[in-house]
Amino acid sequence: MSSLGQQVVFWVLALIVAGTSMRVVTARNVVHAALYLVGALSGLAALYVLLLAEFVGWAQVLLYVGAVVVLLLFGIMLTRAGTGRSEADNSAQRPLAIVCALAVFAITASTSAAAFSGRTIDLSRVVGTRAVDIGAIIFSAYVLPFEIVSVLLLAALVGAIVIARRD
Amino acid sequence: MPVAYFLVLSSLIFSLGVYGVLVRRNAVLVLLSIELMLNAVNLNFVAFSALFGAHGAAGQVFALFVIAVAAAEVGIGLAIVILIFRNRSSVDVDELSFLKW
Repeated sequence: MSSLGQQVVFWVLALIVAGTSMRVVTARNVVHAALYLVGALSGLAALYVLLLAEFVGWAQVLLYVGAVVVLLLFGIMLTRAGTGRSEADNSAQRPLAIVCALAVFAITASTSAAAFSGRTIDLSRVVGTRAVDIGAIIFSAYVLPFEIVSVLLLAALVGAIVIARRD
Repeated sequence: MPVAYFLVLSSLIFSLGVYGVLVRRNAVLVLLSIELMLNAVNLNFVAFSALFGAHGAAGQVFALFVIAVAAAEVGIGLAIVILIFRNRSSVDVDELSFLKW
């Protein structure tokens, strides 16, 4: 893919991700917010594929778009009745929230852009990471964090069942 | 392609998540905004993995770890939200002040 093509793909995906993320935090309807999250997560998965991180991209599609969003939709469904004014945002907090979010954006964007100005990703020279490479690095250098994450997932599974069980 | 593009986009998504956490009343929507913030971090990891690709795919491995932790977090978070809804008939975070002294 030419450099211009990469730029065009990036900007299209960036617009999709930014627009849908904006709608995730502003949509009045709870279900619509969850469905806009699907758009944002899918756009991010496409960005990972653009960065030649195929395995992470597909893990994103399977785990986030497939599992997490469905879980969130179930959560919305189970807590739907009688929520009343929970549909709306806390409008008294909105000006302060906008100021906080703008401050976070200004600080993180300016510092990271300044720290990495002039550094470019040459996608024609990036070596695509195959699933076998990811597996090799997980089970050699990162085997201890991997085991800790698996224990964490087990604990979360048991904890979620214990917390949500109806006695 | 300048790596700053990805970093600024990631900052934008993260600050949108911050805005959502601060302004949303529904606890499920707060969880949704937290997912946005975690994804912004993942985009950083993958972009840096492409930038420093010669030293292996460590950034992608950490992105996978973040995805796994996010899955655990959303499971526990929703279990707590459902439990609170069962006890209080509300998921409005402004009304859930019974732990406040």
